[in-house]
Amino acid sequence: MSDARTEMLSRIRTALGGSAPEPAEVPRVYRSVGEHGAGSDAVLELLVDRLVDYKAHVHRVSAAELPALLAELLLPGAPKADPGRSAEGQVVGSSDYRSPDILPTTRRAARSVVVPSGIDRAWVAGLAGVEVFRDSREAPLSAVELDGIDAVVTAARVAVAETGTIVLDGAPDQGRRAISLVPDVHVCVVRTSQVVQTVPEAVRLLDADPGRPLTWISGPSATSDIELDRVEGVHGPRTLHVALVS
Amino acid sequence: MSTFLGMPAMRAGRGPSPDAAPGTLGGVGRPEDPLHWGATFPDAAKAALENEQLRRNLGNATRTIRTKRARVVGEVPDWEALRDAGSAIKADVLARLPELLETLERNVTARGGVVHWARDAAEANRIVADLVRAKETDEVVKVKSMATQEIGLNEALAEEGIAAVETDLAELIVQLADDMPSHILVPAIHRNRTEIRDIFLERMADAPPDLTDVPRELAMAARAHLRRKFLSAKVAISGANFAVADTGTLAVVESEGNGRMCLTLPETLITVMGIEKLVPTFDDLEVFLQLLPRSSTGERMNPYTSMWTGVTPGDGPQEFHLVLLDNGRTKVLADEAGRSALHCIRCSACLNVCPVYERVGGHAYGSVYPGPIGAILTPQLTGEKSDLPYASTLCGACYEVCPVKIDIPSILVELRAREVALAGSAPDAGDRVWKAAMKAASFAMADGDRFRRAARVPRALRAISRHGVIKRLPFPGSLWTRSRDLPEPPKQTFRDWWAEREDER
Repeated sequence: MSDARTEMLSRIRTALGGSAPEPAEVPRVYRSVGEHGAGSDAVLELLVDRLVDYKAHVHRVSAAELPALLAELLLPGAPKADPGRSAEGQVVGSSDYRSPDILPTTRRAARSVVVPSGIDRAWVAGLAGVEVFRDSREAPLSAVELDGIDAVVTAARVAVAETGTIVLDGAPDQGRRAISLVPDVHVCVVRTSQVVQTVPEAVRLLDADPGRPLTWISGPSATSDIELDRVEGVHGPRTLHVALVS
Repeated sequence: MSTFLGMPAMRAGRGPSPDAAPGTLGGVGRPEDPLHWGATFPDAAKAALENEQLRRNLGNATRTIRTKRARVVGEVPDWEALRDAGSAIKADVLARLPELLETLERNVTARGGVVHWARDAAEANRIVADLVRAKETDEVVKVKSMATQEIGLNEALAEEGIAAVETDLAELIVQLADDMPSHILVPAIHRNRTEIRDIFLERMADAPPDLTDVPRELAMAARAHLRRKFLSAKVAISGANFAVADTGTLAVVESEGNGRMCLTLPETLITVMGIEKLVPTFDDLEVFLQLLPRSSTGERMNPYTSMWTGVTPGDGPQEFHLVLLDNGRTKVLADEAGRSALHCIRCSACLNVCPVYERVGGHAYGSVYPGPIGAILTPQLTGEKSDLPYASTLCGACYEVCPVKIDIPSILVELRAREVALAGSAPDAGDRVWKAAMKAASFAMADGDRFRRAARVPRALRAISRHGVIKRLPFPGSLWTRSRDLPEPPKQTFRDWWAEREDER
């Protein structure tokens, strides 16, 4: 009796009739680029619209303003984003939260933050009073340690405006996959030049190094399994802040 | 060859009808064969149709997803071009399957993964059980996966003393209730919030005692319950939405983050994947990442997609096993008329538009693959005689929404023709009755007087109708009413009504 591999390949060849079939021609007439350039006002506007639709909180700042924004989002005692304040940042109401246990951390202060080792240190320099952990492939925190940390700040590789998606590729400023997963709040820093319009544009960028572990994030974790009521925040971070830096 | 488009003649039952009444915690139980369980489709459908709660749940759910899908698909200007590309990529994959599988194997291995081949469910389950055993653990966490549902992996592991914990919220609900999924995408669609609260309270040891049926609270109870498991699990098991032959990259598309938890935290990851899930190149993902989420949940993009290639030192599982599963797929591939069923990317759009699915629900199909795609995939995978090709009105809505253009109605007609041919030359009861009825009709219709008299006959049936509906006709009409209700005939024929109206003038 042949082994499973040999037998399966032979079954497939028999099923296909033994002859070498012609590879099919794939018509690629779908849009491979959008009409708006990367980082253009139009794609940024689209990205913000899509992210807000997915209940992510978007903040548009300059590079110089970024440390202050992170301090505002994470420092104890800092005024927290609330539903009354919209302006650039869009915040979701939370009147249906019943007890502190199910309250996302953003509504409290972060006591600890984890950042990937390759992040710009200036970003988190203003977080006095918050314990900042650095994580890397060489010196990783355990899952249990990450579970005790409130928030994470990472950079991103690319963002897709049409779908409201941010992609992390595990580079030193984005870190291991676990750090952007276990803490309750994810602050993701996206440079405006990294925003493309369509999915194919992002895939082409990532294709330069497809072997990297990739995480595509569109809004915070969500489920619709109970009567199709969308509930944000099941297992991943319950709050996603996107800092769009020009 | 003639093709019979009606309901098949009566078939021997496959056991007692499942007790899926909502309001009871217990589900339908876990069957021995996930591709073939429960009563025959006509019997199961009849029971389901009498369940008003189920029909309400399903009606609301399918209507909601249909509307969302239509809206986000409408946003995409090149949707038809994407469907054409998706369909062609899948046809290309099937044509080059041996070569692409070998390429995938080479690339996964080069990146530190181990590839296993499994001819059938038993072999796949054996491989997974041995791998888990080797890690000396008796609990594993699982990402929702149709392939592992199809091979009954959880039950097989349970026999080895290994608990496989489903971590998708809906799968967890189904698992706790000892139930079967009834939808490819939202497996607990047949349960409402109150039932889910009751299931959690009775079956989830650490559920808060004052749990209400607010969806957010239920989701948070599941979050707390599962987080403990994620943090301690040594082994995770997943399926795969796509595997890229050229790079060895695997992709899992999900919403809740339970997938990411399973795919990144444990030391060992085992992925079970049907051999048809391949795409040739990394760039092909750009087509399916647009088609799948919009067709499936009606979202522009699902919240999380994870892609990994073998093992990445220092990041994620340091041991990765890929199990390539046949389990009847080569049988489907051999069938030129039906092989495009292997294009399916399990989006479930066809379920949500199907008038039959919407009314009878997923359990009636007696397979982990319900709905229109299940009606063609299940009989082809099992190679058994089946009544599922008749579980359709052939309205064509499933073909319209299919993101990879599987012509489900045509395949259903072909499978029906085969069922009839299989039945052989001896006509069954239905066939004889049909011929007799046609003969009688042609006699009556050939003459005006005969037609007038014949048209008055159905009035007699008013005697056996209740609330305007006839549930059961005497033989041979019983062959028709077995799976259908008949509206009450009118008091008067049109001809009589017309004659009366003319008289009054």
